[in-house]
Amino acid sequence: MAKQYETVIGLEVHVELATKTKIFCSCSTSFGGAPNTHTCPVCTGMPGSLPVLNKQVVEYAIAIGLAANCEITRMCKFDRKNYFYPDNPQNYQISQLYLPIARNGYVEIETGDTKKKVRIHEMHMEEDAGKLVHDEWDDTSIVDYNRSGVPLVEIVSEPDMRSADEVLAYLEKLRLIIQYLGASDCKLQEGSMRADVNLSVREMGSGKLGTRTEMKNLNSFKAIARAIEGERQRQIELLEEGRAVVQETRRWDDNKEYSYAMRSKEDAQDYRYFPEPDLVPIVIDEAWIEKIKMMQPELRDEKLARYKKEYDIPEYDARIITESKRMADIFEKAAAICNNPKKVSNWLMVETLRLLKESGMEPEGIRFSPENLAKLVKLTDSGDINSSVAKQVFVKMFEENIDPESYVKEHGLSTVSDEGELLAVLEQVIADNPQAAADYKNGKEKALGALVGQTMKAMRGKADPGQVNRRLKELLG
Amino acid sequence: MANKISDETMEYVGILAKLRLSDEEKENAKSDMEKMLDYIDTLNELDTTGVEPMSHVFPVNNVFREDIVENGDGSEDTLANAPLKKEQGFKVPKTIG
Ligand SMILES: [Zn+2]
Ligand SMILES: [Zn+2]
Repeated sequence: MAKQYETVIGLEVHVELATKTKIFCSCSTSFGGAPNTHTCPVCTGMPGSLPVLNKQVVEYAIAIGLAANCEITRMCKFDRKNYFYPDNPQNYQISQLYLPIARNGYVEIETGDTKKKVRIHEMHMEEDAGKLVHDEWDDTSIVDYNRSGVPLVEIVSEPDMRSADEVLAYLEKLRLIIQYLGASDCKLQEGSMRADVNLSVREMGSGKLGTRTEMKNLNSFKAIARAIEGERQRQIELLEEGRAVVQETRRWDDNKEYSYAMRSKEDAQDYRYFPEPDLVPIVIDEAWIEKIKMMQPELRDEKLARYKKEYDIPEYDARIITESKRMADIFEKAAAICNNPKKVSNWLMVETLRLLKESGMEPEGIRFSPENLAKLVKLTDSGDINSSVAKQVFVKMFEENIDPESYVKEHGLSTVSDEGELLAVLEQVIADNPQAAADYKNGKEKALGALVGQTMKAMRGKADPGQVNRRLKELLG
Repeated sequence: MANKISDETMEYVGILAKLRLSDEEKENAKSDMEKMLDYIDTLNELDTTGVEPMSHVFPVNNVFREDIVENGDGSEDTLANAPLKKEQGFKVPKTIG
């Protein structure tokens, strides 16, 4: 029988924090500036400049640490990690090695019906590097330091994951925690969340860890899943051939679906860490931790549990809605205003998800306000507009966050309650379609549909189809 | 002076520091580094059991900034001394990780 192998995976996840300024200087962190516009002597490593720590970075890091069940290090410090590379103007990265801000945590993940804890070894604060743009034409690279000094936390897990599914569940869990805290937008594609995968394989039942490789350059959930499968296969093939796995860093090429070695252990970096002398220690007392705990918003798991109790909506819907903080906020506010959680949930689950998918948007990018969604629900509840008009108004609201009440008024979309006008139209439609009217009278039920359609068209959708149906039957009966 | 630094170590340090040294420069650097190690040996004569390693001279903690943007466009100063520039960036030999 063929040997059975087990995959052992640990993750290093970098998350860019949502601060307005960089970690050690007052330069802006906003995206899209022309190269090197968000720079100063500190974030370009000019001699004599002095870093000063952004307090918000520490508070976000504590908040994430607490939410991931970590112990917060009461006295933590920064260290210098030395390496030479053009994206790193100081020739060292300010990071934390000896006393990281948080340690010994865990998050609970769910795959299928099984729950499991993934332990977090440590989490530290550090600065991001600059960006290199390669110019194929003249064989040079252009360096932009706008990202240099943008605050990051690096979350290092224990090797507790055994499959790509578990890895994705773990990343999803971190994303939800951090997004709910408002500490980062956690977008893999845009690089505000990055995952390096440490992977080894071993024979099933073996207690010893195999030699691991580290994979970089994974910028989507799909790429991560493919890279894990590819690397697992590669390592098993090596072992089956009686060869050894080399401990090395590999770069995943998602187009070629293949990873190649970047550097091996023989020429491994030796970072010569030492304490950062320009930054004083951070002492975190009980009072500070308590204050941050108090400000901690309700996290996803708590929200899900509360939805089950408070709202009469299916668990599946509750899960989807709480998968995005923005969606959950809209749901709760709109439900509170219009007092109809079920209808609000329907709008989110059906039309919103459909339009998001169509426009390739994330739920975090939803533009319409909960107030406007509540208004739309009220307009349909009261029968002021019918469901097809409501859908039409919703699309407009999704695109431009229009106020449904004034939109309906301005465009004359409300259902006509004026029986006289409806009656006149109905009589006209019957007169114009004598064949259909005759067919219906002779027992062809289907013929009524055509007449309803004609009426709705003549009324420009403003009539209630149910009402039109009833009135037609009366007139033809 | 102790003979502590081997040729291999010199080679390795050169690689880490991305420096290409001539034989003469290597010898000089080696003797400088050995002097430093001698100094460390002198320090090591002291018994430091139970003494916390010190990273800062002043007993100051928690020096923070508020998260407020104060710096404007710094590109001109940043690029002022760039040996080579292109498209408002530093131009360097092609470098790929
Ligand atoms: Zn700066
Ligand atoms: Zn890092």
